Amino acid sequence: MAGYKPVAIQTYPVLGEKITQDTLYWNNYKTPVQIKEFGAVSKVDFSSQPPYNYAVTASSRIHIYGRYSQEPIKTFSRFKDTAYCATFRQDGRLLVAGSEDGGVQLFDISGRAPLRQFEGHTKAVHSVDFTADKYHVVSGADDYTVKLWDIPNSKEILTFKEHSDYVRCGCASKLNPDLFVTGSYDHTVKMFDARTNQSVISVEHGQPVESVLLFPSGGLLVSAGGRYVKVWDMLKGGQLLVSLKNHHKTVTCLCLSSSGQRLLSGSLDRKVKVYSTTSYKVVHSFDYTASILSLALAHEDETIVVGMTNGILSVKHRKSEAKKDSVPRRRRPAYRTFIKGKNYMKQQDDILINRPLKKHLELYDRDLKNFRISKALDRVLEPTCTIKTPEVTVSIIKELNRRGVLANALAGRDEKEISRVLNFLIRNLSQPRFAPVLINAAEIIIDIYLPVIGQSPVVDKKFLVLQGLVEKEIDYQRELLETLGMMDMLFATMTRKESTSVLQHNTSDGFLENNKIES
Amino acid sequence: MVEEEGIRVVRCGGSELNFRRAVFSADSKYIFCVSGDFIKVYSTATEECVHILQGHRNLVTGIQLNPSNHLQLYSCSADGTIKLWDYIDGILIKTFRVGCELHALFTLSCAEDSVFVMINKGKPDVFQLASVKLPKSSSQEIEAKELSFVLDYVNQSPKCIAFGNEGEYVAAVRDFYLSVYFFKKKTTTRRNFDDEKKYTYTCLHWHHDLVMDLAFSVTGSSLLSGGRESVLVEWREAAEKNKEFLPRLGATIEHISVSPAGDLFCTSHSDNKITIIHRNLEASAVIQGLVKDRSIFTGLMIDPRTKALVLNGKPGHLQFYSLQSDKQLYNLDIIQQEYINDSGLIQIELTKAAFGCYGNWLATVEQRQEKETELELQMKIWMYNKKTQGFVLNTKVNMPHEDHITALCFCNAEKSESSTLVTASKDGHFKVWILTDDSDIYKKAVGWTCDFVGSYHKYQATNCCFSEDGSLLAVSFEEIVTIWDSETWELKCTFCQRAGKIRHLCFGRLTCSKYLLGVTENGILCCWNLLSCALEWSTKLNVRVMEPDPNSENIAAITQSSVGSDLFVFKPSEPRPLYIQKNICREEVLWGVFVPRDVPESFTSEAHQWLNRSQFYFLTKSQSLLTFSTQSPEEKLTPTSKQLLAEESLPTTPFYFLLGKHRQQQQNDKLNEALENELVQLPLTENIPAISELLRTPAHVLPSASFLCSMFVNSLLLSTETKSAEENPDDVDMEEEKESDDSDEENNFTEKIQDTNNTDLEEDIIHQLSKSEEKELKKFRKVDYSWIAAL
Repeated sequence: MAGYKPVAIQTYPVLGEKITQDTLYWNNYKTPVQIKEFGAVSKVDFSSQPPYNYAVTASSRIHIYGRYSQEPIKTFSRFKDTAYCATFRQDGRLLVAGSEDGGVQLFDISGRAPLRQFEGHTKAVHSVDFTADKYHVVSGADDYTVKLWDIPNSKEILTFKEHSDYVRCGCASKLNPDLFVTGSYDHTVKMFDARTNQSVISVEHGQPVESVLLFPSGGLLVSAGGRYVKVWDMLKGGQLLVSLKNHHKTVTCLCLSSSGQRLLSGSLDRKVKVYSTTSYKVVHSFDYTASILSLALAHEDETIVVGMTNGILSVKHRKSEAKKDSVPRRRRPAYRTFIKGKNYMKQQDDILINRPLKKHLELYDRDLKNFRISKALDRVLEPTCTIKTPEVTVSIIKELNRRGVLANALAGRDEKEISRVLNFLIRNLSQPRFAPVLINAAEIIIDIYLPVIGQSPVVDKKFLVLQGLVEKEIDYQRELLETLGMMDMLFATMTRKESTSVLQHNTSDGFLENNKIES
Repeated sequence: MVEEEGIRVVRCGGSELNFRRAVFSADSKYIFCVSGDFIKVYSTATEECVHILQGHRNLVTGIQLNPSNHLQLYSCSADGTIKLWDYIDGILIKTFRVGCELHALFTLSCAEDSVFVMINKGKPDVFQLASVKLPKSSSQEIEAKELSFVLDYVNQSPKCIAFGNEGEYVAAVRDFYLSVYFFKKKTTTRRNFDDEKKYTYTCLHWHHDLVMDLAFSVTGSSLLSGGRESVLVEWREAAEKNKEFLPRLGATIEHISVSPAGDLFCTSHSDNKITIIHRNLEASAVIQGLVKDRSIFTGLMIDPRTKALVLNGKPGHLQFYSLQSDKQLYNLDIIQQEYINDSGLIQIELTKAAFGCYGNWLATVEQRQEKETELELQMKIWMYNKKTQGFVLNTKVNMPHEDHITALCFCNAEKSESSTLVTASKDGHFKVWILTDDSDIYKKAVGWTCDFVGSYHKYQATNCCFSEDGSLLAVSFEEIVTIWDSETWELKCTFCQRAGKIRHLCFGRLTCSKYLLGVTENGILCCWNLLSCALEWSTKLNVRVMEPDPNSENIAAITQSSVGSDLFVFKPSEPRPLYIQKNICREEVLWGVFVPRDVPESFTSEAHQWLNRSQFYFLTKSQSLLTFSTQSPEEKLTPTSKQLLAEESLPTTPFYFLLGKHRQQQQNDKLNEALENELVQLPLTENIPAISELLRTPAHVLPSASFLCSMFVNSLLLSTETKSAEENPDDVDMEEEKESDDSDEENNFTEKIQDTNNTDLEEDIIHQLSKSEEKELKKFRKVDYSWIAAL
C-alpha cells in the first residue's frame, strides 16, 4: 500500500547565471573600499604573517595598509623614481622593492631608511622576490639580466643573461632556495637554478610574459601574457598543461586563492576571472571600473585587493558570518530524551534500523489528501504564492483538472475571491509554459460566472482586461506566424539542395488555436 | 532430452487471484484463494505460495474449510466435482462427483454431512442453491448425486447468499427480492423490496461509488465495507459516526473476508491482488499476481537484466513479472501521482516503454488527452542504479512531440559508443535523443537531449526500428519506409509498396540482417533486401504481431482471420516458413514477445527448433498470457518454488534441554540394547504433540513447577521400573491391554496429527520388530509422555 503522493510541481529551468557554490563564495564580499593612490598601482603584496598587512606600490611610493584601515599605516617614499614590485619577505619583517633607476632597496618594516641597497642593474627593475631561504633576493630588470643578491653583505652572487628582452616578472620557489622563475618580453619563461649558473627549463609562452606564478608545491607554473594564461607542468620538464583564453585584453596579474583550489587572473579588460585549478574552467568573474594591473588575496581569502591603472585601489572584505542567534530557539525536548538509549552499544547480531523519515506534506497537499479542493485552491491563490511561485498555483490547477474537480473548486466564489483568480490569470495567461492549463481554467470560469456577469463592476473590469490581453496575444501570434512564413520562404530558397533536412521551428499553432476558442 | 510431442498452447502464469473471496485457515496461518483450475495456499506471514492444490479440470468456483475438520478444505469446480483437500500437505483426500456444473460452495457447521452448492439448471441465467449429501465412504472417488433444492432463482454471485444464526436459515437476494429459507421449518419466506412499503433499516453512508463487498467481523461488532474508492471502511457498532478507514489500497476492492480467529482481514482487488490486513487496520502483506485489468499499451517487453516480463501494471506503474515463479517482482512507479479511482475520470496513461543498453536505460511515455486540442505528453528516461538496484529518473521531457508518440526505440548495438533513442510521432517528425554529458565542475551528470529531428513530406511517422548493428534506422511514414544513416542522419533510401500504412517494421538478425520486414494494414508482409534496395518477397498475410527472436534469425508472425489467430515462424532468407500452427487461439492476439531461455533446449525436430533458444509468449485480447509448450501437462505443472512452511519446530528452551538430557540419559541406560536404542530415538523427534502443547502453553496457565517437578521425577523413576518389567514378562502382558486404552486417550488429546504419527511409527515397527519388542516399545512411549498427558 502506497502513501499519499504529493502533487508534482512542474519545475522550469531558471534563466541567467547559475547559482553555484563558487558564485556564493565569491559574491560574499562587502562593497569595495576605494583608495586613491598617486599613480597606477603596479603591485599589491600581502604579508603572510599576521596582522596580514599589505604593501601597495604606486608611482614612487610604497604604502603599507592594515587590514581595516583606509589610511596607510606606513609609507616608504625615498625613491627617486617610480618604485616597482614591493614584496614582503616570508616572515613579514623585510620588504624589497625595485625602482626605475635600476636600484633594488631592502627595507625593514619598522624602519624608514633602506637597510640595504643592491646596485648593479642598469635599467629599471620590475621584478624582485625573496628566495625560500630568506637570505637572498632575486631581481629581474629591463637590461635583460636576472641577478641573485646576498642580503647579509649586499653582494651580487650570480647574474643570468639568458633573456633577450625586458624581464618583467619573476617568482621564487617556496620550497627550494635555489630555484626561481622569471618571465620576459622575449616570450619565454625560464626557470633558473642558482647551483648551475644557467636556466634549467625554458618554456615558450608565445606572448610577452606579464606575470608568472609557481604553485605552492612547485610542480605547476602559471604564466600570463597577451590574452593567454598558460599552465605548465614543471615536473614533466615544462610541458604545456592547459592554455586559457578567457580575457579580451592582456592579462597582467595572477594570484592563487589561499586554499590553492582557485586561480585568479586580472586583465586590462577590467575583469578578474576565477578558475578552478582542477578543471581550469572559469567558475566566477568580477568586474572593475578600470584596467587591472595588480591583484592580491589575503590570508583565507578575507580580502581581495585590486590595483588599477587609474590609481585606484579597490579593497573588498569578506562579509562576517551571519549571526544565527537572532532566531528564537525552538523548545527542545528534555535532556533525558536525548540521552535515552545513547549509551547502548550495538551488539554483533543486532541489526540497526533507522527510524523512517517522516514525510512532511505541504499545506495544499494536506488539503488535497483530504479532498478539500476549494481550500487547496484558496491556499495557492494567496498573493505570496501567486507572485513568488506561480508554477505551484498552476500545478495545483492542473492537478484539480486531472481529478475532474476544477469546476467545483472554482465555483461559488464571491467578488473578492474571483477577482483574485482573475488577477492571477491576467498575470500569467500569456506565458507559454502556463498557457494550456490557464486557458482551460479561464474557459471554466467564464462558463461558471457567465450568468452573473455585470453584477460586480470590479469583476467586469477584470474580465475586460482579460479580453484585451487575449486579443493582444492573438495579434502577436499572427505577426509571429507571418514572420515565420517569410522565414520559411527564405530558408526554402536557400536549402534547395538538401531536400531531406527539415528545419524545426517553435511554432505555437496550438496556442493560437486555443486563443481563438477562448475569444 | 525432453520427449517431443506436438507443440501445444498453454496458459502460463498470471492466474486470477480475485475471482472469489479468499478463505483463511482456522489459525490464520494460511490463506486460500481460487486461481483458475487451482487453489493456491499462501502463508499469511511471508506472502509465499506454500502449495498449489491441483486436480480440478475446470475453473474452481468455490472453497470452504471443512467445518468438522478445520485442517481440510472443500473446493468445488465447474467440472462438477467437489474435492476435499489436506492443505497442510497439499494432498487430495476425496473427490465427490456431483455431475452438474457447480458455481459456488457453502458449508455449515451444523450440517456436517452435506454441503451447499449453487447449480445452474437449464437456462443460462437461472441459478439454484442446493444441498449435496456427501456419502461417507473410504474410497477416493465417490458419487454424490443426492441433491435437494433449497432455494431457486438466486444471484450468480455467491456474495448474495448468506447463512445466518448458526445455520438456522439461509438468505439470498436477487434483483429486488430477498428469500429466506428456514432449515428447521423447511419454509421459504420471500420479500419484494420493490414496493412502496416502509421497512426498518439503518443507512450507513460514506461511499460515493459502488460498494462491492461487505463483511462482519467475527464478533459481529463491526462491519467492513469496500468498493471502487479502494478504501476499506470499518463501521464500529454499525454506527455512522464510528468509522475507521484504510485508504489507498490501490484498486477496487472486490471481496472482503475475515479470518475465523478474527485477527486478520483480507481484501481482494481488481488488480489481481490480495491484501492482508491486521485487526487494527494496518496492511501487513500483499499477495500480488499479474495485473491485467487494464488495457496493455506498452506491449510485452523483457527486462534484459532480470529476464522479467514488463508491461503495464497498476495505474501509472510498470510491473516486472517473473514468468518462472508466476510472481510479481516489483512495480515501478512511472507517473508518480496520486491515483484517484473514479469512474469517468481521464487518467494519465503510460503508453510506451522501451529498454535500452542491456537494461541500463528505460524510456517511458505517458499521455493524457482530455479534448482534441489538449494533449499532455511527457517522456521520462530512467537510469538503472546499481547501488539501489532500481530505476532512477534521469531526464524528464515535457511535450517531446506535438502529437502522440507512436513508437520508441533504443539503439541496442553492441559497439555503439553513444546511447541513442528515437521517438516517432504523429506530428510527422521523428526525433533522435542522445545521452550527453552535462556535468560541470560541481557534479557529474548525464542527460538526454534532442540531437536530430527528421521528417518525410509531413507524413505521420508510425514506426521506427534500428538495425542490429545500429548503423541504420528505419522509420516508416504511413506507407513509406525510410532508411537513415545513424552516423550522419542522412536519408539513404526509401521503400514504398503502396499497400496501406505500415503497421510493424523490423530488421532481420544475425545472418539475415540485410533484410527489412514490414507489415501493412492491408495485410501484406514485405521483405526488402537492403543491399539491393529492392523487394525480396512479399506475401498476403494479415499479420497482427510480428516479433523477431533476439537469439536467432527467426521471426514470429501472428495473423488474424475470422476463425482465429495463426502463428507463422519464418526466416527472412528462406521462402518457406519454419513452422506454422493454425488456430492458436480464437481471439485476437495483441502482443507477443520472445523470452530468451536460461538454458537452451535441444530439440532436434524441425518444428521444434525455433523454440530452442527462446520461448514465445503472447497476450490475447481477453488478456490471457499464453505460451507454447512441448511438454506434457504433468511435466509442466511441477511445484514452483521452495515451500516455506510455517515452522513447526520447537524453541530451544532450558526446559527442552532438560527433557532432551533426560531422554539421552535414558538412552545411555539402554546402551547395551542397540535395537531398542534405535527405537527410543523415534519418539525423540520434536513433533510430539504433548510436549509441544506443554511448551506452547503460557506459563501462567500451567500448573505450578513443584507439581510438574514431582511428576517429572516420577517419570524418571519409571525408567528403572521398565528394566524390572523386562524381567517379568507377565507384567508386561498385563500392562499391554491397559496401555492400548491409554494410547487411545492420548490420541484424543492430541488430535489427528498424533494419529498419523502413531500409524507411521507402528508400521515401521512391524517391519523390524518381534512382538515382544513392540510391546516394550509401546510401553516406553507411554512411560515417557504419560505424565504430561495426565495434566
